Amino acid sequence: MFGRFSSAARTLTRASTSRVFVPPPQVVVGAKFFSSTPPPVDTITVTVDGSPVEIPKGSTVLHACETAGVEIPRFCYHQRLSIAGNCRMCLVEVEKAPKPVASCAMPAMPNMNIKTTTPLVKKAREGVMEFLLANHPLDCPICDQGGECDLQDQAMVFGSDRGRFVETKRGVEDKELGPLVKTVMTRCIHCTRCVRFAKEVAGVEDLGTTGRGRDTEIGTYVSKLFRSEMSGNVIDLCPVGALTSKPYAFTARSWELKKTESVDVSDALGSNILVDTKGTEVMRITPRLNEEINEEWISDKARFQYDGLKRQRIDVPMAKAAGGLAAVSWEEAFEKIAEAVSKASKDEIKGIAGKLADAESIVAMKDLLNRLGSGNHMCEGFPTLGADIRSSYLMNSSIVGVEDADAILLVGTNPRVEAPVLNARLRRACLSTGATVANVGSPLNLTFPVEELGMGAATLKELDAQSHPFFKTMKEAANPMIVVGAGLVGREDGLALLQTLHSLAEKTGVVGEGWNGFNMLHDSAGRVAGLDLGFLPSESAKKAAAKVVFLLNSDDFDEADVPADAFVVYVGSHGDKGATRADVILPGAAYTEKSSTYVNTEGRPQRTKAAVAPIGQARDDWTIVRALSEVLGASLPYDDLNAVRARLAEVAPHMERTTEVEPSTWLNGSTYAHIPAGTTSDAPFTSSVANFYMTDAVSRASVTMAKCTSTKLT
Amino acid sequence: MAMQRLFRGVAQRAGSAVNTNFIRAMSTERTYGNLKDQDRIFTNLYGKHDVGIEGAMKRGDWHRTKDLVEKGSDWIVNEIKASGLRGRGGAGFPSGLKWSFMPKVTDGRPSYLVINADESEPGTCKDREIMRHDPHKLVEGCLIAGVAMRARYCYIYIRGEYVNERLALEKAVKEAYAKGFIGKNACNSGYDYDIFVHFGAGAYICGEETALIESLEGKQGKPRLKPPFPAGVGLYGCPTTVTNVETVAVAPTILRRGADWFASFGRKNNTGTKLFCISGHVNTPCTVEEEMSIPLRELIDRHCGGVRGGWDNLLAVIPGGSSVPCIPKSVCDDVLMDFDDLKNAQSGLGTAAVIVMDKSTDMIDAISRLAYFYKHESCGQCTPCREGTGWLWMMLERMKKGDARLEEIDMLQELTKQIEGHTICALGDAAAWPVQGLIRHFRPEMEARILEAAPPPEKIAA
Repeated sequence: MFGRFSSAARTLTRASTSRVFVPPPQVVVGAKFFSSTPPPVDTITVTVDGSPVEIPKGSTVLHACETAGVEIPRFCYHQRLSIAGNCRMCLVEVEKAPKPVASCAMPAMPNMNIKTTTPLVKKAREGVMEFLLANHPLDCPICDQGGECDLQDQAMVFGSDRGRFVETKRGVEDKELGPLVKTVMTRCIHCTRCVRFAKEVAGVEDLGTTGRGRDTEIGTYVSKLFRSEMSGNVIDLCPVGALTSKPYAFTARSWELKKTESVDVSDALGSNILVDTKGTEVMRITPRLNEEINEEWISDKARFQYDGLKRQRIDVPMAKAAGGLAAVSWEEAFEKIAEAVSKASKDEIKGIAGKLADAESIVAMKDLLNRLGSGNHMCEGFPTLGADIRSSYLMNSSIVGVEDADAILLVGTNPRVEAPVLNARLRRACLSTGATVANVGSPLNLTFPVEELGMGAATLKELDAQSHPFFKTMKEAANPMIVVGAGLVGREDGLALLQTLHSLAEKTGVVGEGWNGFNMLHDSAGRVAGLDLGFLPSESAKKAAAKVVFLLNSDDFDEADVPADAFVVYVGSHGDKGATRADVILPGAAYTEKSSTYVNTEGRPQRTKAAVAPIGQARDDWTIVRALSEVLGASLPYDDLNAVRARLAEVAPHMERTTEVEPSTWLNGSTYAHIPAGTTSDAPFTSSVANFYMTDAVSRASVTMAKCTSTKLT
Repeated sequence: MAMQRLFRGVAQRAGSAVNTNFIRAMSTERTYGNLKDQDRIFTNLYGKHDVGIEGAMKRGDWHRTKDLVEKGSDWIVNEIKASGLRGRGGAGFPSGLKWSFMPKVTDGRPSYLVINADESEPGTCKDREIMRHDPHKLVEGCLIAGVAMRARYCYIYIRGEYVNERLALEKAVKEAYAKGFIGKNACNSGYDYDIFVHFGAGAYICGEETALIESLEGKQGKPRLKPPFPAGVGLYGCPTTVTNVETVAVAPTILRRGADWFASFGRKNNTGTKLFCISGHVNTPCTVEEEMSIPLRELIDRHCGGVRGGWDNLLAVIPGGSSVPCIPKSVCDDVLMDFDDLKNAQSGLGTAAVIVMDKSTDMIDAISRLAYFYKHESCGQCTPCREGTGWLWMMLERMKKGDARLEEIDMLQELTKQIEGHTICALGDAAAWPVQGLIRHFRPEMEARILEAAPPPEKIAA
C-alpha cells in the first residue's frame, strides 16, 4: 500500500505528516503492473531438451523445465507446499548424474543439461506409474475424482497400456475426518500433500503418516476429526480420489459441470471461487486462483455452504395475513408497502443493509430512500462508525501486505474464524518472516504463537500511554500493523476505542511513508460497499423513530433499530431472522444467482457472476428496489445493470475499477478530532463471529454447516 | 593380477583343479591374508581381556591422544586420506575425503559428528563386537574424528536391540569422562568435546544416514532428499557427518602406527584391515579381523573351519551383507574380499558380512526371505520402494513354489530395474540387488522349479 507515490507526494508527506494529502490515482499493491520493470534477478542458463533457458538462481530443475515449456508429471510436488520428493514421478535425466534425479527437489546448476525425452526418463516414469497403479483400486467409474484425477490423466500420458500386477492388492480402512472430507484410503498414493497442507498452511498437526512400507497410511493415528477451518482444501490438493468432498459425493461427474467464475461472500475477503453447476443447481464450489486475495485456498464455509442455497429459500413475495405469512403477487406486495410508506414521513422510512447486500442494491435503496426524502439508512451492526474517510474502515495494508508486517496487534478480532484464509497469511508472516503477533481481547488459538496482552480497553489505554512493553515492539518494528475486528467496531464504545487506536497508530508509526498498517477486518461481504456508498444515517435521521423499515438482506440487525410497531419489508433470499420479523417479504436472488458487486475488506470491488437463474419468482435485489420505486412514486432513473453500475461509479468511482484497490487517504487521527472522547466499558473484546460455520442467512440454512457446528461442539 | 589370471587360464585349459592359492603362491605377486597378531587393531575383539578403561589403556588406547588432537584437523584428515581408509559401513566412500567436506570455518552453526551404530544389515555383526568388547577404540575414535571435522558434539546412534553393547558403550563413555579424556578440555588439549549415546528403536532404515538424522531429531526415520547433503545441512540443520563405527574406531590406531602401515595391507584403493563376519553354513562362524583383499576361500578355510561338508558343497555366498548380490561357487573360488574385486564380480564388499550357503540351501527361498525383510523395512516414503519391495516378495513367494510363468522371471528382473536408482535412498537398490543376483546366477534353478510345478502341455502328453 502506498508503495508507489509520486516523489511530490512523498516530499509532501515528509514535510508535514499531519497534513492531508491525496495520493495520485495509481494502482497499488494488489494490482497488476504492466509498466514497471521487474528488479534484476540473478539468472543462470540451463539446457532443457537441447534448448537453452534462463531461470532465476536457486530454481529447481522442475522449474527450469516448466520455463522451457516442458511438462513434468508430478504428484507430490505442489508450489505452495514444502518439497517432499517422494512420488518419484518427476524423474528426469541430467547429464553426468549417475541416475535419474527428482526434478522437483534438485536445484538447477549453471549449464546443466536436462533431458526429459530420453528412453531412460520414459522408462522411469512408466516404472513409477506402474508402481503407483499396483495398489490403486480400479474404481474410477465410481470415483468422484474421475475426470479430474491427476493419476488418471498421467497414467494415460505416461503410463503403460497394461498392468502386470497379479498379486493381492492392499486395502486400507477409511478414516473419519468429519462431515466435510470423505476418505477412501485405499486410493491413496501417499504423496503427503494433505499432511503438508495441514501442517504448513492450516497449522493443525492432525494428519500424518503411520506404518511403514506397504502398510503406510495417512491418518490421524488416534481417530479424530480434522479440525481446521480450511480443511476442504485437501480435497483439491489430493491428486487422486482418496480425499473427496462428502457433500458432493456421487452427485455429479466433473465433465457435466458448468463452471462460473465468481466471488465468495461468506466473509469479507472476497475469495475468488468457481461455482460448478449442473442445470439449475449449484453442485459444488471450488477456489479460483487469486494471488492477491486467497491464493488457491478457500475456507470451508465458502466451499461447503452451497447447500444452504437450496434450503429456506424465499421464492414468492409474501405478506402477513391472518395466521401468518401468505404468498401474494408482486403487485399486492408493492401495494401493501406503498400504503405503509404513505403513512410515514421522511426520516421515518428506514433502510438497513445486511451482510450479503450487494453494492447495486445498496445504491438503489439509498437513492430510493433519498428520493422519498429520508436519510435514514444504515449498515447493520455498525452504529457509530463514520465512513467519511475510507482509510478508517479498510484493510489499508492490503491482504498481501499482511506478510510484510513484522509486529501485528490484533484488537477484538479472531481472524481464524472471521477470515481463515487471511489467518493462513498471518501464520506465514509469523512463522516464516518472524513477525510478532499480539492480541488484545479474548485469548485466541490462531495456530501460531500469539502474545496475549490483555482483555480489553484498559490494555489498549496502557499501550496508548506507552506504558506497555508491546508499545516498544511496535514502535521499533519496520512495518507495524493493527488489525481491528468488526466485533470492536460494533460495540457501544466502538468510537472511543477507535479514537484510542488511531492515537496508538500515530504514536507507533503504523502509518508512515509507503506503509499503512491500520487494518479493519470486516466480517461480512456487504459491509465495505455500504460504507463506501455512504449508507449511514444523516444527523436528523439518527433521532427519528422508524415506521417503515426496509431490511436489505439484513438478518443480524439490532432489535433496537427496528421498532416493534414498524412496518418491516424484507428483501432477501432466505427465510431467516429478517423474514420472520417482516410484514412483506420480497424474494431476492442469492449470490450465485446474480451479477453484482461486492467490495472486500481491503476495498477491492469484485463482481459475482450469475451461475444459475434465481429460483421461483426471486429477482435481482436492485431490480426489486427499482420496481418498488415506481409504485412509491419515486422512480429510479436506471433500467438495466449497466445503468445502475454507472450510477454506482458516480457515487463511488472506484467501484467501476473492479479487482483493483484504490489507494485511500490517511487523516492522521484528525478523523476523530471533532468527536468528544467517550467513555469505554470494561467488557472484554470479543470476535463478532461466535460460530465460524454459521454467520449469515446462507450458512445458517446449510445442513453441512449445521453438521460442522454439531461436530465442533462435541 | 594379470599374472594370476594367466595362470588360472593355463590351469583351466589344462583341465586340472589347481588351487588358486597355489597359483597365487606360484606367481611373483604378493598374496593377501594371514594377518599377524601384531597388526591387529582390535585386540580384544573376543572379550578375552578387560573391557574397561584400564584394560583398554594397557592395550594402547588413549595413549598420548592429546598429541594426536594437538596435531590438528588438517593433519588428521591428511593421514586418513594417505591411509586409503574407505568407509566401513557399506558404500566404501574414502573416509579422509568425506571428513574434509565439513566446513573449515564455522558460520555460527556447530558441527556434529554422528556415529552410525545402527548395525542392522542381516549378516553383519562387526560393530557390536567393537562396542561390547573394545568400546574405547570407538570412544577415542569419536574424539579424533570429531577433531578432524571440527565438531563440538558427537552422537552415537545405537541400534535399539543392542542392549549389552549399549551398556558397555555407556560405561566406556562414562569412564572416558571420568578420566577427562572427553568433555571439557578433552585430554588436556583445550578442545571441548561431548559424546551422547542415543538408542534407536530397531528400524533398519535408520541406518541410512539422513533417516538416522531424522530419527535423532525425534521424527519418523525417513530418509531426506539429497542435496542438501548432511555436511552442509544435517542434524538440526547444522553441518554433520555420519560415519560407521568401525571407520571411526580404526582411526586412532592408523594415526599412531602411521598411514603407511595401514596402507600396506590390501590392494591399491582397498587398503587396510577389516572385520569380516562370516555366518551360515561354515563349521565355525566368526567375526575376524583380516587383511583386505584376502581371498574369500582362504577367509573361510582359515578362520571358519571351511564350508560345511567341504568346499565342493558350497552353493553360493553373499559376500557383503544381505543387500549385495550373491555369487555362486565358481566366482567364490578365487574372488578377493575387497571393494574392487567384488565389484568386478558384480557384487560388493558392503559390510563384509559373508553369508555362506551350502548345497542344502533353497536359493529362491533364501532370497525371498531377504525380499520379505526389505518389504518389512521399507519406510514407505517413496513409491518404487514402497510398492516394489512388496511386489518382489510376493512374486518370489510364488516362484519358490514354482507357481509362476517363465516370462515372469524377466518381469521380476525388470521390476528390480524399475526400483533401482529411482528411490530417495539406497534401500530400493538394496532390495533389488539380491533378486538381480539370484536371477543372474540361478535362473536355471528358477526355471526348473516352475517347469516342475507346471510342466508345459507337450511334456504332459509325452
